[in-house]
Amino acid sequence: MSAEDIQDWLRKEIAGNDVVLFMKGTKTMPQCGFSMQVAQILNHLGVDFKDVNVLEDMSVREGIKAYSNWPTIPQLYVKGEFVGGCDIVREMFQANELQELLTTKGIVHNQQTMTA
Amino acid sequence: MPMAADDITRLIKERFPDAEIRIEDLAGDGDHYAATIVSEAFRGKTRVQQHQMVYDALKGSMGGALHALALKTTAP
Repeated sequence: MSAEDIQDWLRKEIAGNDVVLFMKGTKTMPQCGFSMQVAQILNHLGVDFKDVNVLEDMSVREGIKAYSNWPTIPQLYVKGEFVGGCDIVREMFQANELQELLTTKGIVHNQQTMTA
Repeated sequence: MPMAADDITRLIKERFPDAEIRIEDLAGDGDHYAATIVSEAFRGKTRVQQHQMVYDALKGSMGGALHALALKTTAP
């Protein structure tokens, strides 16, 4: 696929799934600690999400960095919007902001907090 | 290909002269850092925008020479 085709494919993946996590590895078998943390937070919140393993395709791995102007993996998208990488997602989760964002966007999740 | 903490501080200072910067070498290997940066430049920006500004200041080192830089950015 050309770089343009990749961007097109990424746009469709992100538009077609309410919650998408671009990660190293899969949600059941993460291959990097940062990707694992975000997957764990989403699992903890009971969020149904699509995982895209960037290690399977170098062009996807580079393409998603260009898509969001963000140099690292993981990357979380909710309803088409780039939410952040590991630091931001963790910070938002700890501040209950991630849960609020999910509620605002109409994403089904449980109301777990840090201490739960 | 590790990067010295001083180099990170220098690049950030160039872009954000007012910044208060604290850098921790998490693993002692010059490859896994955590940085806390406080700058007026972050005011009114989303977290994503704040981090993008820092990555931009690092001129492509992030994801390259710099494998891991946990970021915490705030306005004073």
